[in-house]
Amino acid sequence: MNTVWALAKVVVLEMVRRKDFYVLFILTVLLTGTAGSVNFFNDPGVVRYLKELCLLLIWASGLVIAITCTARQIPAERESRTIFPLLAKPVTRWQFLAGKFFGCWLATGLALVLFYAFFCVASGTREHHWPVLNYLQAAWLHWLMLGIVVAFTLLGSIVFAAPSSNGTICFVCSAGILLLGRHLNKVALSLAEPLQSLLYAFYYLLPHLEFFDVRELIIHNWALVPWGVVALATLYAAAYTAFFLGAAWLVFRRRPLN
Amino acid sequence: MDSSLLPEVSLDTTLSIEGLRVEYRSRDLGETTKVAVKGLNLRVGQGEVFGFLGPNGAGKTSTMNVLLGFVPPTSGTARIFGVDVHEPIARQRIGYLPEQTYYYKFLNAEELLRLYASIFQIPKAETERRIDAVLKLVELDHARKRQIKTYSKGMQQRVGLAQALLNNPDLLILDEPTSGLDPIGRMKVREIIQRLKGEGKTVFFSSHELGEVEAICDRVAILHQGELKTEGRVSDLLREHGLNLEQLFLKLIGYPPQA
Repeated sequence: MNTVWALAKVVVLEMVRRKDFYVLFILTVLLTGTAGSVNFFNDPGVVRYLKELCLLLIWASGLVIAITCTARQIPAERESRTIFPLLAKPVTRWQFLAGKFFGCWLATGLALVLFYAFFCVASGTREHHWPVLNYLQAAWLHWLMLGIVVAFTLLGSIVFAAPSSNGTICFVCSAGILLLGRHLNKVALSLAEPLQSLLYAFYYLLPHLEFFDVRELIIHNWALVPWGVVALATLYAAAYTAFFLGAAWLVFRRRPLN
Repeated sequence: MDSSLLPEVSLDTTLSIEGLRVEYRSRDLGETTKVAVKGLNLRVGQGEVFGFLGPNGAGKTSTMNVLLGFVPPTSGTARIFGVDVHEPIARQRIGYLPEQTYYYKFLNAEELLRLYASIFQIPKAETERRIDAVLKLVELDHARKRQIKTYSKGMQQRVGLAQALLNNPDLLILDEPTSGLDPIGRMKVREIIQRLKGEGKTVFFSSHELGEVEAICDRVAILHQGELKTEGRVSDLLREHGLNLEQLFLKLIGYPPQA
């Protein structure tokens, strides 16, 4: 575990020191901070609309940070050849992958904490209402969803050599699932066999990232999701994350590095 | 495999390679595989300084890649301290210095060494002591807090040496350790190799600096086109052939080519 933690810390440190994400990060914080705190004509409809926009921005930024940070990890290690002195030490390939996964997931989590904290403070100051637990649930489920995306992107970074193509593919897949995933079963109903069965199978195999989208909780100040459901969602995310990490390990474990 | 082809087995063998064959998939037209190493047998004893020589493309790096677990052998075995190189534990007592500086350049020397120390599971207090010692040894103590990207090439090479020595390894694998170094840097590396030898450590290194190899190696192996051309004590080989190492090397690889 020491090794995995040490490798994860390097990933986080790299993200902080490389400063690539600072522009996106600062823009997101500024926009959510500003839009979350303004109040047009005391109209709750407008305020809700602004909150929705802020959360959409946080979701888009979270996805971009998770995918771009993860997609380049292994290709960059191979290109700069830093992987060689590292794997010449008693590090298993599994530890290497786990370190990369936890590092990217942690880095994404840190960004999320800051985004949500900023938005919560800005929005709470305007509304004089502090639904902290709603924010916590929304941020936790969001982070779990990004865990699946990070694991999926890590697998992609082993399969596709170029980080740009991997990043694009992972972004399209994640955004596609988020936008269309919940409608696939309805589309399947309109198809003839065997396409219908195939699409149904795909629907059930797909990681339903949209399950983790509970932005409505914050936008409409709805009641909390039951904690049992959150626990189930956590297990669901853990299962898919483990599946993608396992697949990444199977591809990577005997891959020649030269 | 004919076991008579193997060098004599001794109890203090640090590194053994038996019937090693490494093939790569080639993208060249009409060729499906490229054989980098063809049935290599080698043993390196404890406390030896072993020079692994050959022209570019001879199979040295491929052999080292197998020893370090980067590439699985197509056939044959390689063991370090009796453990198959496939097992990560085989690398616990190894120090590896790559040919060029492949380190996280956004870290400083201290952070890089701390990362590697945690991989070797070195206790915290001991880590600090060893970091101090290796940074002093490679004369980088003054720049320990500076990011590696700000180092000169020589300084980066010295960080490499520091990380290779951090775990107090019993076997050092050095891939052209003096390439790109100035004369002082080369001398320093030679001194370190001699010192390690004095401490009973084994050093396995590849180099194109044949004069240097002749001066510091106990034994050498010369590889050409994936095949072992000769292997033995430097003094014995030179006496047997009546040539210096450079002449012997050129003769064995068939240079200049006959018309």
